[in-house]
Amino acid sequence: MAQDKIRVLIAKPGLDGHDRGAKVVARALRDAGMEVIYTGLRQTPEMIAEAALQEDVDMVGLSILSGAHMTLVPRVVNLLHSHGLSDVLVFVGGIIPDEDVPELLKIGVKGIYGPGAPLDDIVRDVQREVAEH
Amino acid sequence: MTEASHGSEPSSPGIAELVMHTLAGDRRAIARLISLMERGSGEARQALAQLYPHTGQAHTVGVTGAPGTGKSTLVNAMAKVYRQQGLAVGIVAVDPTSPFSGGAILGDRIRMRDLATDPHIFIRSMATRGSLGGLARATVDAARVLDAAGYPVIVVETVGAGQDEVDIARAAHTTVVLQMPASGDDIQAIKAGILEVADIIVVNKSDLPGAENTVAALQVMLDLNSAHAELHHGKLVHVEGPATAGIAALGAWRPPVLQTCAIREDGVKELVAAIDAHWEYQRASGLKEQREREQVAEELRRIVRYTLLQHVLHQIPRQGLEDTVERVVARQEDPYSAADRLIAQAGLALDQQ
Amino acid sequence: MQSQGKLESMREAMDEWERTTLRRALDAWPERYAEFVTTSGEPVKRLFTPDDVAGLDYQRDLGFPGQYPFTRGVHPTMYRGRLWTMRMFAGFGSAEETNERYKYLLAHGETGLSVAFDFPTLYGYDTDHPLAEGEFGKCGVAVSSLADMEMLFSGIPVDRITTSMTINGPAAVIWAMYIAAAERRGIPMDALGGTIQNDILKEYIAQKSWLLPPEPSMRLIVDTFEFGSQHLPKWNTISISGYHIREAGSTAAQELAFTLADGLTYVQAAVDRGLDVDAFAPRLSFFFNAHNDLFEEIAKYRAARRIWAREMKERFKAGNPRSWWLRFHTQTAGCSLTAQQPENNIVRTTIQALAAVLGGTQSLHTNSMDEALALPSELAARIALRTQQVIAHESGVTNSIDPLAGSYFLESLTNRLEEQAYQYFAKIDALGGVVPALEQGFFQREIAASAYRYQREIDDHRRVVVGVNEYEMDEPLSIPLLRMDPEGERRQRERLARVRCERDNELLQRRLQALRAAAQGTENLMPYILDAVRANGTLGEVCDVLREVFGEYREPVII
Repeated sequence: MAQDKIRVLIAKPGLDGHDRGAKVVARALRDAGMEVIYTGLRQTPEMIAEAALQEDVDMVGLSILSGAHMTLVPRVVNLLHSHGLSDVLVFVGGIIPDEDVPELLKIGVKGIYGPGAPLDDIVRDVQREVAEH
Repeated sequence: MTEASHGSEPSSPGIAELVMHTLAGDRRAIARLISLMERGSGEARQALAQLYPHTGQAHTVGVTGAPGTGKSTLVNAMAKVYRQQGLAVGIVAVDPTSPFSGGAILGDRIRMRDLATDPHIFIRSMATRGSLGGLARATVDAARVLDAAGYPVIVVETVGAGQDEVDIARAAHTTVVLQMPASGDDIQAIKAGILEVADIIVVNKSDLPGAENTVAALQVMLDLNSAHAELHHGKLVHVEGPATAGIAALGAWRPPVLQTCAIREDGVKELVAAIDAHWEYQRASGLKEQREREQVAEELRRIVRYTLLQHVLHQIPRQGLEDTVERVVARQEDPYSAADRLIAQAGLALDQQ
Repeated sequence: MQSQGKLESMREAMDEWERTTLRRALDAWPERYAEFVTTSGEPVKRLFTPDDVAGLDYQRDLGFPGQYPFTRGVHPTMYRGRLWTMRMFAGFGSAEETNERYKYLLAHGETGLSVAFDFPTLYGYDTDHPLAEGEFGKCGVAVSSLADMEMLFSGIPVDRITTSMTINGPAAVIWAMYIAAAERRGIPMDALGGTIQNDILKEYIAQKSWLLPPEPSMRLIVDTFEFGSQHLPKWNTISISGYHIREAGSTAAQELAFTLADGLTYVQAAVDRGLDVDAFAPRLSFFFNAHNDLFEEIAKYRAARRIWAREMKERFKAGNPRSWWLRFHTQTAGCSLTAQQPENNIVRTTIQALAAVLGGTQSLHTNSMDEALALPSELAARIALRTQQVIAHESGVTNSIDPLAGSYFLESLTNRLEEQAYQYFAKIDALGGVVPALEQGFFQREIAASAYRYQREIDDHRRVVVGVNEYEMDEPLSIPLLRMDPEGERRQRERLARVRCERDNELLQRRLQALRAAAQGTENLMPYILDAVRANGTLGEVCDVLREVFGEYREPVII
């Protein structure tokens, strides 16, 4: 009776305290049957990578509304690599200007969601990416 | 395919490697092996067979209590005390799975942020995932992985709300039960059941009013309970084998009632000292071996029950079960006869009593 | 409002209308939804009539502008006398860049300043703190030292213009920097007017930029009330804020209830300290959100004034009518802005700003169309300011005071929000008050549930958001976004290093030690903080002393 639950880490890196989006997405993923590890606010990239490792997650979702994404996302991605977690998918939600999108995709971010992104799209993308992986 | 048929297959090389890395303390391997244990597949059985000889070293501490009693905060503070003593700590934190979606939000790490990047701490969040003793199995096996990986202290944190959680608490060497300060009528409502499982009782959030009274009330309840146990030759007395002599010499363990304020880390050193004292007591009295025997017996019963149930469920075609349900609902058959028939269909000959 | 006989005959007529005219219409053309709801999800009836306000007593419930219970406004002439303060929230990058933006906005007719600080500043960290990495100037201006504060207001007449500062955890320290910066220009503190947000309760509840645990935070807040009442009579020492509660996803009723509950908690804390309620209450101010639902928002502001006046007069026995006033700032709803077709946000903001004006706001910030994408560009901020000016001068809504009063719909919404607020007050009291309730996660859970419900409604198309789930377009972004000066952070770090090098470090250590000793005791900390800041103690250094003495707040687990 193998149960392959999708496990997702939802984290808020940096100092930004706007956790409405992170919590709404966490609930949506839970309601789609996933196990969501929510780390809370003010996470350093080191804390996020370490949690991803210990929790053996399929995906890390980073929520950043402060504009610090071009500093924080690459740091998290690099740390995941150095922890041997290159297979962990990274999604980013928040206020991400279009011009930053190519760079984030280039370093391996799989999904980028701005304000108003439908929850069902996020859930579907996570399910698809994890399945294809 | 049944699980039993997996067990006889030769070990796959991937598993052997994972176990080897786990034994060497590799955190990525530990994490993956725990996932394997959670899935409870045949591979998990292979892995456990290889790990098992390396377990039995760690002191497992169960921490349980109702929601809101501050378990995660206390575990955070306890782990910091262990770290000051130079001990590595493995933590398994269990939260409920949503019965509606099968998903879960696991938030215990929020309270454990002090431990987040300590290389000698390993935190694993676990969801209860449903029924049939699966939770107890997964948490015990996760603790075994951490044990084999060399963590000398393993803390298992569960919500003290259901039988499953109490079972997990019982599976630990030392069970700490948390209680909030209560007042007036609320003190009367403290469940006597917590005394049954507790080796140590903690009144957390001691900064709130009522802490002293709650401690006093718990002491009175313990007095009543121990008088009762002696009168009826309760569980601590009817011990068999060599342990009896040890307990007779040391006296029965009376759960201490401690006060902590976990968020300020007050009283936590004393708690860890009490946990150590309980560990010493168990070893000196022989209770440790006795408890282990009881736990193994219980675990074997659980595995057999689970395996048989899985076997039966796998043998019966889905339609067969649904048809049976319909017949019972329609009062064409009673549930006992129906169950007998299903078991017989699964090819198990049972001696009916 | 109506005589009993007239009501009876109206009811009969309405029955008749429902049976005939309405029935025929519904049979031919069913309505678009089975249930119509407000933005907050509250059901709205098809039609409101005198029946819905039958219990309304004009003098008791509405009264006249400038008179108790102030439902119609706190000033007797409202916007006929003076327009609201057009106060645009702005701040980004270094002090130099933000200073330039302030001058631009003032040149275009803005009448008050409003400072947005970056995250490290909001948390009481200096720009060079490790946790500040990547955050410099991103969501506001970075202020780490008195030198930054001096730069920020250089060339701006702070004795003639009021400044609002969105700062909470380290509010006392930032306020001290503002006072000390003015002092260096020879402006005495009693000449300064403005507001510090200083509302820590809503930080725990919604905005999450906290510093200390609740107990010492409340102490610091009461310290500022006391200091302000003695030395800065024109300063609003708190802006009790519902804005962030709403942005976190609450309903209008939750915003109203939680904000007022926070306000009553501050008043109680100050009274418990022994302060005379009339000494500080006139300097309390409020800050609300303006969301899309025009009538619901207007009703919210009116209900807020009525509840506050009653509680201050009856519960706290305040004698000065100014203590009964609920004066408030409004900001249009950032969470309503869409990244898709950002130009549409101008229209949303216009409707929201209109609600604030029709609800009698004292000052207003209008969001820029690009804020779901980046910090406002100069052009976008100017259009947002012009939106206020068009409402003020062209729409005609400022001519008559509280012009929608008496609307059956609006008055009944006002009453309903008031009732809902009192229901929440009862729940909060049952949990032991605001602080125990937030420690138990009551507010956080209520808000998270509302936020999730709202997002689900949009996803399920039960709620239409133009350009998001209807009328969608796929075309590249057509508006220019703000580019920050990449040199800003370097300039800021250099200034910080220079401050640390050039100051009298021995003097500073003595002052920090004095602050530490005072914090361990019970004295008012404002004079000590001011002294430390005058000696060029940085934000991080002063906050570190407070963190060391009081510990840091920990987030409860509420999802």
